Amino acid sequence: MILFKDIEKSFGKLNVLSDVNVEFSGGHSIAVVGPNGSGKTTLIKMLLGMVLPDKGKVYFDGKPISESHQYRGRIGYMPQISNYPPNLKVSQLISMMTDIRESAGWTGKLDNELIDAFEIDSFSNKTMSTLSGGTRQKVGAALAFRFNPDVLILDEPTAGLDPAACEILKDKIQNERQKGKLLILTSHILSDLDELTDHILFMNDSRIQFYQEIKGLKEEFQEDKLGKIIAQLMRAKSKSQSKILVS
Amino acid sequence: MKKVLKYVLYDILKNRFVIGYTLLLLLLSFAFFGFEVNPGKGVISLLNINLIVVPLVSIIFAATNFYNSYEFLELLSAQPLSRGTIFFSQYLGVCLSLSLAFLIGIGLPVLFFEGTMVGFRLVLTGLLLTLAYVSMAFWASVLTSDKAKGIGIALVIWFYFTIVYDGLVLTLFLSLSDYPMEKATIIFSLLNPTDLARILVLIKLDVSALMGITGAVFQDFFGSAKGVWISLTALCIWFIVPVFMAFKKFSNKDL
Repeated sequence: MILFKDIEKSFGKLNVLSDVNVEFSGGHSIAVVGPNGSGKTTLIKMLLGMVLPDKGKVYFDGKPISESHQYRGRIGYMPQISNYPPNLKVSQLISMMTDIRESAGWTGKLDNELIDAFEIDSFSNKTMSTLSGGTRQKVGAALAFRFNPDVLILDEPTAGLDPAACEILKDKIQNERQKGKLLILTSHILSDLDELTDHILFMNDSRIQFYQEIKGLKEEFQEDKLGKIIAQLMRAKSKSQSKILVS
Repeated sequence: MKKVLKYVLYDILKNRFVIGYTLLLLLLSFAFFGFEVNPGKGVISLLNINLIVVPLVSIIFAATNFYNSYEFLELLSAQPLSRGTIFFSQYLGVCLSLSLAFLIGIGLPVLFFEGTMVGFRLVLTGLLLTLAYVSMAFWASVLTSDKAKGIGIALVIWFYFTIVYDGLVLTLFLSLSDYPMEKATIIFSLLNPTDLARILVLIKLDVSALMGITGAVFQDFFGSAKGVWISLTALCIWFIVPVFMAFKKFSNKDL
C-alpha cells in the first residue's frame, strides 16, 4: 500500500534518511522505533508530503505521492506535538477539517466515537491556545479518526494523555486495527507498542536497521518483552559505534 | 480554496491588527483633508502615507502573519490540499484584508473629498503597492524558517526601496552628471515600486515643473498614455513576480 523507494534526505549537512526502502501493506500495524533523532518523524512527514525527499520516491497504492494530493484524504494523522492554529475554536477547527475533507471528495459516515468519549463538546467553545497539551492531543486524536481513513498515522499518540484517555485511545486503535486498517505508530512507550502493533521498523543513524514481524523477533531473541529487545538493540548499536570510534 | 480562505480571513480578523490599521488610515485621511482648505494638498500629504506607511505595514504584517500561521500551514499540508491551495489561500487572505483596510481607510475619504483623477491614481497605486509589498514579504518569509531573520529581510526590503534606493540613484547621477541621464531616470524609476507610485500621482499634480529637465522628460513619458500603461504594468510585475517566486519556493519547502 505504501512504498518508500531509495529515499535520501538531508537537512543541510545533517543526514536524516539514507537508503530507505520499505513497503507497508494494508492490515499491518507497524511500530516505528528508534532513538531520538533517528528520522522517525521525518519518515512520517515524508509520507504526508510535508517533507520532500532529496532522492527517491514514495508511492501510495502504486502512485507517486508527488503527483497528487488526493491520497491524503485517505490518511488520518495525529501529529506529535499538537500545534493548531491558536485563534480557532475547537468547534471551528473540527468543522474546518470536515469542510476540507468534504470538498476533496470525502463521503461517508463521520466517526464521532472519540469526540464523544473525550467529551470534546464540553470545551468546543474554547480557542485552541487556551487548551492544555493533553486536551489538544485529544482533539488531535479525535480528528485523526473522524473521517474513517484507510491509513492511520499516529506520532507519539499517548504522550501527554491522562491514563483514562490513554485507555480510550488504545481501545480505539485496537478496534480500527481489527477493521484491517494500516496503522503506523511511533512511541517511546514500548509496552503500548507491544499491545498495539504486529510489525516493527527499527531505525538508527538515519537508516532502517530492520523491518520484521514482532513475533519473529521475539523468537529470535527468546524474549517475551519487546522493551527488553529494543533496549538490547540500542545498547548493541551504541557499542558497535564506539568500537568504530576507538579503532 | 474558498473554504480554506474563509478560515484564513477569520484568523486575520481575529487579531485586531487590521482593524487598527484601518482606523489609523481613516484618522489620517480625515485629519489631512480637514486641515487643508485645498483638498489637492491633502492628497499630497496622503501620498506620503501611501509611500511610507502602507508599504511598511503591508510588508511587516504579511511577514509576521506568515510565521504566525506556520502551524496552520503544517496542519493544512497533512490534508488533501495542494501546496498551491494552501499558499494562495494564505496570500489572498492577507491581500484581501489589507486591501480592504486601505480602501476603507484611504479610498473612501479620497473619493469623498477629492474624487478626481489624482485621487483615483492615489488609491490605485496604493492598492498595487500593498500587493507588491505583501508579495515581497511572502518571498522573504519562505526563504528562511527563522522568524527574526525573515522579518529582518522584510524590513531591509522596505528600507531599501523607501530610503536607500533614491540615495543610490542620486549618487550615481551626481557622479555621472556630465552625461545625459534623463532617459536612465525612467528606467531607474521602473525598478522601484515606491518611486513608480510616487511619479504616477505627482505627474498628475503639475508639480513636475519643479523637477527641472528630468521633470520634462518624466512629463513626456509618464504623462503619456503609453507611459502610464507601462508603469502600471511594471507595478503589476512588482507583485506578480515575487509571489510567483515565493510560490515556487514554497512548493519545494519542507514544513
